[in-house]
Amino acid sequence: MSITKPKKPAYPTLPKTPTGITGLDEITEGGLPTGRPTLICGQAGCGKTLMSIEFIVRGAIEFNEPGVFVAFEEKSDELAMNVASLGFDLKKLQEDKKIRIDHVHIDRSEIEETGEYDLEGLFIRLGYAIDSIGAKRVVLDTLENLFSGLSNQAVLRAEIRRLFHWLKEKGVTAIITGERGDGNALTRQGLEEYVSDCVILLDHRVINQISTRRLRIIKYRGTVHGTNEYPFLIDEDGISVLPVTSLKLAKQVSTDRVPTGIPALDEMLGGKGFYRGGSTLVSGTAGTGKTSIAAYFANETANRGEKCVYFAMEESPNQIMRNMRSIGVELKKHVDSGLLLFNASRPNMYGLEMHLVAIHKIIKKFKPSVIIIDPITNFINIGSISEVKNMLVRLIDFLQEEQISVMFTALSLNTIVNEQTDEGVSSLVDSWLLVRDIEYNGERNRGLYVMKARGMKHSNQVREFVISDEGLNLIEVYVGPEGVLTGSARKQQVLLEQTGKAIHTHSIGRKDREIARKRKVLEAKISSLNSEYESVEEELNKVYLEDELKKEILEKNREEITRIRRGAEDTNKPAGGK
Amino acid sequence: MANQNTEFADYERNEEASAYILRLFITGASPNSIRAVENINTICEKYLKGNYDLKIIDIHQQPELAQGEDIVALPLLIKKAPGTERRMIGDMSDTNKVLRGLGLPELN
Repeated sequence: MSITKPKKPAYPTLPKTPTGITGLDEITEGGLPTGRPTLICGQAGCGKTLMSIEFIVRGAIEFNEPGVFVAFEEKSDELAMNVASLGFDLKKLQEDKKIRIDHVHIDRSEIEETGEYDLEGLFIRLGYAIDSIGAKRVVLDTLENLFSGLSNQAVLRAEIRRLFHWLKEKGVTAIITGERGDGNALTRQGLEEYVSDCVILLDHRVINQISTRRLRIIKYRGTVHGTNEYPFLIDEDGISVLPVTSLKLAKQVSTDRVPTGIPALDEMLGGKGFYRGGSTLVSGTAGTGKTSIAAYFANETANRGEKCVYFAMEESPNQIMRNMRSIGVELKKHVDSGLLLFNASRPNMYGLEMHLVAIHKIIKKFKPSVIIIDPITNFINIGSISEVKNMLVRLIDFLQEEQISVMFTALSLNTIVNEQTDEGVSSLVDSWLLVRDIEYNGERNRGLYVMKARGMKHSNQVREFVISDEGLNLIEVYVGPEGVLTGSARKQQVLLEQTGKAIHTHSIGRKDREIARKRKVLEAKISSLNSEYESVEEELNKVYLEDELKKEILEKNREEITRIRRGAEDTNKPAGGK
Repeated sequence: MANQNTEFADYERNEEASAYILRLFITGASPNSIRAVENINTICEKYLKGNYDLKIIDIHQQPELAQGEDIVALPLLIKKAPGTERRMIGDMSDTNKVLRGLGLPELN
């Protein structure tokens, strides 16, 4: 008894044994309680045996903790066969004394009960198995079978209780599996869950014809743990539980920017593109070019030499590649070079949570810097809006933690600008591009807005979004007295303006010439007036000069007269005298 | 107790062919084990006198046998012969059931 409770000074925390099962250690914050029994319960076919064998095998391989697997149901060979598909070689592990599998066979028809008995045999057997390989981990799968093989309930209950204590004393980390009981009972006997220190419930539910395996930790003595139901997946790598999403919102953020591949769009986003690790939603009605934007983004990522995963939910990879070739985007070479990975699956292939787990797995494996999910709209077929939203929140959380940029495309069903997309994710994403049809003048054109872009300067203008053989481009729409014009109306307006300009220049020329002419006339007038003035002035000058002359002559005459009067000879009679 | 000890000694070397080959697995000196040994000895002496080979094995001493014999509940009596193998668990206090297990007519 004292083995399990090591005396440690001040607040010893519960030691935990990692299971090695993807995600489970995160939910349990470290693993199962070391040296204590854990109950895994659930209905038939929910993965109890697999989870427990994975615990043993991973313990032996990854943590160098040998384990004993006591199988009450399956024979050693059957078990080895069953898990061979997961790449676990039980035979080899047994030979290496890493694990020990003990098949316990109890058949009521072969046994006569002749009085008082106990399960000491099982204890000794188990003890021997543990000691022979120095096991740290033990699995008992399924104790239930004891009850079908033996009839003395009272003894069995007492003995199972004793077994749990005994396991604790042994200091082994044990998993006991149990069949789910009737009603809400966790186990048939209603006993194991009380004597276990940790209870994990596995569930396999079918909703809307889509089955999802879920896991919930019902109790875990002495520690905090995730209490939600977590979906898990059984595939060729064993069990993966979806890791807990961090609800703390304390993620690292990057100020690094990733270009979108469309220079004009980058310009709308402050000239640089999205933030790394940011989430982007491209929404719009059918045929507005959402996939094209996504493909451009993927192409740009691969051009930079970074990895990208494209989750195609509607089209096959070949279809996307063909379609994108028509607008000048060659994705094939990136697929060949291994920078771009297509993952095509129909949304209703499996449940929402499974999609999430699948996406997780691919991301963990491929380690992309950008992922694209095109489109998220169809998820609504396999879950309610709140479920889809929940899933996307978790996905975005995970991606932000991993610093992966994500682009979702979403189909909005009506042409009215929705305040919210159907999936309600618009509030979650960092940037939201809306591609909208602008119907005008018997024509449908595309307009692109940046609805929001957190933390960056962005254009508030509508741009016309043009898809041509050369690719995507954004053109400034014509905004004038006649409103926003796009497409041919915009072109027409441009032409109209050009015509107007020509006419205008022409008329300006005419006016100029007229002014020149007028100036000439006026200048002529001015010169004639000038000459008139000169002649008048001359006239006046003439009179004045004559007057002067007259005056001079008169003076002269007077002087002459005076001189003559004086009697002086006058030899030179002045000729004047007029 | 002395009787039991002789039985222990007996089973070590007694290999001569007998009609009834019986193996009793017990755990040391637990009350169930002691009762089982006493009861089976009585039954054998009474109904199979001279016609049986009973070995009593303390599984504590030989834990490696537990897996080989597929032992869960103890005490366990295995009838290896004659006929098909039969397993009886418990302290052998229910004589009728032991007899049935051995393939002998039950008491009325």
